[in-house]
Amino acid sequence: MRNLTRHALFWPLFALGLLLVVNVIATPSFFSIRVQDGHLYGSLIDILRNGAPTLLIALGMTLVIATRGIDLSVGAIVAISGAVACTYMAGSPDESTAGRAIVAMTMAVGVGILLGLWNGLLVSVFGIQPIIATLVLMTAGRGLAMLITDGQIITVNNALFKKVGTGFVLGLPVAILIALAVFAITAVLTRRTALGMLIEAVGINPEASRLAGVRARTITWTVYVFVAFCAGIAGLMIASNTSAADANNAGLFIELDAILAVVIGGTSLAGGRFSLTGTLIGAMFIQTLATTIPTMGIPAETNYLFKAVAVIVVCLLQSPKARAALSVRRPSGLLTKGTAA
Amino acid sequence: MTIVMAPPEHSAGSPSPRSSRGFVFPTRFLPVIATFTLFVAMFGMGSIRYEGFSSPQTVLSVLVDNSYLIVLAVGMTFVILTGGIDLSVGSVVALSTMIAAEALRAGWSAPLVIVAVLLTGSVLGLLMGLVIHYFEIQPFIVTLAGMFLARGLCYVISVDSIPIKNETFTSFAQGTITIGDYFITPAVIVALVVLVIAAVVLHMTRFGRTVYAVGGSEQSAMLMGLAVARTKIGVYVISGFCSALAGLLYAIYTLSGYSLTAVGWELDAIAAVVIGGTLLTGGSGFVLGSALGVMVLGLIQSFISFDGTLSSWWTKIAIGVLLLVFVLLQRLFTRRST
Amino acid sequence: MIQMTAEAVQATRTQPVVEMSGVSVSFPGVKALQSVGLTLRPGEVHALMGENGAGKSTLIKALTGVYSIDEGTIVVGGEHRTFNSPAESQAAGISTVYQEVNLCTNLTVAENMLLGREPRSFGRIDTREMNRRAGDVLTRLGLDVDPKSQLGTHPIAIQQLVAIARAVDIDAELLILDEPTSSLDADEVAKLFEVMRALRTDGVAIVFVSHFLDQVFEISDRMTVLRNGQFVGEYVTADTTQLQVVKAMIGRELETLEKIEQEADEHTVKAQGEPLIEVLQLSRKGSVEAVDLKVFEGEVIGVAGLLGSGRTELARLLFGADTADSGDTRMRSRHIKLRTPRQAIDHKIAFSSENRRSEGVIGDLSIADNMVLVMQASRGWLRPIPAKTKDRLVSKYIEALDIRPADPQALMRNLSGGNQQKVLLARWLITEPELLILDEPTRGIDIGAKAQIQQLVADLAKDGMSVVFISAELEEVLRLSDRLVVMRDRRKIDERANENVTVSDVLEIIAGEVRADA
Repeated sequence: MRNLTRHALFWPLFALGLLLVVNVIATPSFFSIRVQDGHLYGSLIDILRNGAPTLLIALGMTLVIATRGIDLSVGAIVAISGAVACTYMAGSPDESTAGRAIVAMTMAVGVGILLGLWNGLLVSVFGIQPIIATLVLMTAGRGLAMLITDGQIITVNNALFKKVGTGFVLGLPVAILIALAVFAITAVLTRRTALGMLIEAVGINPEASRLAGVRARTITWTVYVFVAFCAGIAGLMIASNTSAADANNAGLFIELDAILAVVIGGTSLAGGRFSLTGTLIGAMFIQTLATTIPTMGIPAETNYLFKAVAVIVVCLLQSPKARAALSVRRPSGLLTKGTAA
Repeated sequence: MTIVMAPPEHSAGSPSPRSSRGFVFPTRFLPVIATFTLFVAMFGMGSIRYEGFSSPQTVLSVLVDNSYLIVLAVGMTFVILTGGIDLSVGSVVALSTMIAAEALRAGWSAPLVIVAVLLTGSVLGLLMGLVIHYFEIQPFIVTLAGMFLARGLCYVISVDSIPIKNETFTSFAQGTITIGDYFITPAVIVALVVLVIAAVVLHMTRFGRTVYAVGGSEQSAMLMGLAVARTKIGVYVISGFCSALAGLLYAIYTLSGYSLTAVGWELDAIAAVVIGGTLLTGGSGFVLGSALGVMVLGLIQSFISFDGTLSSWWTKIAIGVLLLVFVLLQRLFTRRST
Repeated sequence: MIQMTAEAVQATRTQPVVEMSGVSVSFPGVKALQSVGLTLRPGEVHALMGENGAGKSTLIKALTGVYSIDEGTIVVGGEHRTFNSPAESQAAGISTVYQEVNLCTNLTVAENMLLGREPRSFGRIDTREMNRRAGDVLTRLGLDVDPKSQLGTHPIAIQQLVAIARAVDIDAELLILDEPTSSLDADEVAKLFEVMRALRTDGVAIVFVSHFLDQVFEISDRMTVLRNGQFVGEYVTADTTQLQVVKAMIGRELETLEKIEQEADEHTVKAQGEPLIEVLQLSRKGSVEAVDLKVFEGEVIGVAGLLGSGRTELARLLFGADTADSGDTRMRSRHIKLRTPRQAIDHKIAFSSENRRSEGVIGDLSIADNMVLVMQASRGWLRPIPAKTKDRLVSKYIEALDIRPADPQALMRNLSGGNQQKVLLARWLITEPELLILDEPTRGIDIGAKAQIQQLVADLAKDGMSVVFISAELEEVLRLSDRLVVMRDRRKIDERANENVTVSDVLEIIAGEVRADA
């Protein structure tokens, strides 16, 4: 039992499990999945589908956080991506063709990557702290999105585009498939190559990594591009859900949810070791929480309270200091002894 | 153009390694001077472009409209000077307006409400400070939780906007102070008083100097025997107090409490602090700079409203660009000094 | 073990300021102190002696409340005390200058000296009075520094003196100075000793830590020697010779070390033929000025010099960790660029930094990952090292270097300093470098590991690897090197073959320049 609770993913899984149990008690049909017109429906499917954009961004955010960084601008990138795609489609004469949709989506993801290059430039080349470097785009980004849409909500009518957020393939929602595909690609890229180890090395000790010849700058730059790429796709999903680009509200606070998902999943904001599976669990936890609260008859807005409690509890469980205080009380030194020379 | 300017004399006289007497321009004031120059330049540009912009009332109106943001930025400056960050301030503002409105509706007296609100903000700050210091969890994540907690508590009180009808509050809201042909509101006075007190505390008290020491090097401050714990926790209490005060000012300004107010104000406050020349890594900066930062942000709004043809989103883009410029300048500056 | 002389007996009659006994402190994986005692009497300068890693700084930090003690008692002024923070020990009359300069460079000199004890009127800091008081103390130390200037604008030596000024100004019963003279010149040391003597006359107890034996014998009345975290003995300085102290510090390991020395001596090669690497007029503003250096194949170059002399800075330039402003670098007579560590590694140059924790160890990764890091970085992330190759390399070096625990999956941060250092060496040896630059490779590690590392360096050179070996311990430098380079004030001031050179010769070379300067 003791070994079990020590496992890095025990507490995140426990929290998610608890939440699911609460749901089943409240709504006994919670786990039931039905097939309708060859498509799967059910609460769990809904959670997965609605959580897909957050999960996507959280995956990218995991790598950014592993390098000791943070990206606050992903919400703005979501808005810009949606704005680019919808404005382009709405402005062309053959708005509803598949070709238009493909060009529009490529453009949107391309713009996302460009913005990632920008963030990466500020962080890895100019050496600006990630939080402030990405704050620039977080602030200016929504303005840019509104500039693109001219402050309007741009609606589009395109079947292919609509599929990204609401369509089904092989009975499963496309959004889930995209998110899982990105999850799988990220996992392979980081764990089957040496990328994951090098990212962790850079996050744990950037200077030591540099002196060991790790191309830290390139790696840091890459993760910011990757998270922006994820945010670009998430932006398409969100815009596709409503077939509209809302520069003001699309992806609002999604950066915070993504960061929470990463932290709940056990990756420390201090950088270093990361867990993609943990992030997956964290993202699902946040989405399940958002679903659970209204079904319990509690006002949806109090969601925030529960998130706050969840974050604090998870952080305390992972803090060595808090663990020490909770277990045997014994006098402790002021410095972490591990840092002694 | 045939005139070549000779470089000024004193810039060549860098201090010799073992002795540094003689006048050296205190470089730490440069960022604040830069922000002030920017403010003056923007004001000058506005005066040339737009009719009526050059009136002192333009500046006073910026003060009136942003008094609560100044209070917020002052609190944020304390936190950032120690190398921390406080993301909860916007939500605490909203919570403060809600508590004030709800308590007044329940019939509490105005002074009691004010005390209750200020106390709530300070206690929230205290809790966050305790967790940050004693459990060694990053300020970012702790204050993010604080942000969610405060916002969640707002909704627990009410999802709807609550009007404020209390006489003390309404009379305060309608009060103006005229200076010749111009006017300000009592809130401006409050903000300026907070600013002055903060400056005095930072520069003339032991606590204030310890704030700078902790921001310079927490390890050194601890080994020097300074009260690191009290200082680190103290700045979050101050930030919480300032947020609550800003919330009160805003409740008076709008005469209501609303759960959805002040969304994203933490970013405005951080932006103002950075534009005001405070280093996000801590240890260097001034509250006066932060106040000037708020004024610069406010002046951008005035530009947009005076112009009439510019869309509102240019505000955000302009703030982003300013942030970028100042951050790059800071970076250049700190890189040169090391 | 304690040698009691008549004087010592007499001194014990006056009550000690501090009496520590049976003190033990442990860090993960290391017993830093094992049942150590220390007695400090008023009006005495007490030297705390021991090699790097013997536990001197740990003992001091245990006394001042930075570390908590696992066992033992601390009696201050006749009362049992346990300090939980430096603030508490300071309040009890203990004033400390720690080994690393621990001040805030963003504040003024006066603030750094008086922070926490500023003169105040009505709760307000009296800045004018503060600057005046700071100025007085600085004048007493013979320092011409503006109290209002920002500390960060001054060189390290001044910062160190300001730290001392801060400690001296506190009305303390006990003053602890941990390596206060590491970057001071002779005049500054003389001034410091003057102040120390004056304080001693006033009845202040002073703890003095220094690796300069001459300084210790000049100023101290009594000394305590530690070795490997254990108490060796307490001696009265006047009744002891330098040789006795060195023996006490090095102890039974002396024989091992002598053996290495003999081997190294036998190995001395003459610099000849084409140099492996040659630098001409290598300069970087503020760190190194116009250094010429040749390193031949299979040669160990020892670099000596004080902290801040440019010894570390030179090593960093050779590895591209910092970029040179000017100068020319050739490898086997071909011009090469060394602007980043990456380029240096591609030229088969390896560098082990003096700051093991901040610039070497990746604490949260395993021993195995730490070992293959350089190799993996060279291959690029797309070509992971095959698991079999990795296992083979890792187990080979764990065995060859006697790394403990011998578990490749153990986390690096749980290892002792010596084992971490071995893993870092393995990290570079795996890449089979031609030039190995070692900056303080034996600092702060136990004596057994130290001897092993020295042996390794001697063996590598025998096999044809070129080594640049930097250490603050001159004995060690002389023991291993074929040729000796002495640095001072960012310049190379001497270079000679290591034949019959003694520690005092080297000290004289460094000191000779001091006199020339003054």
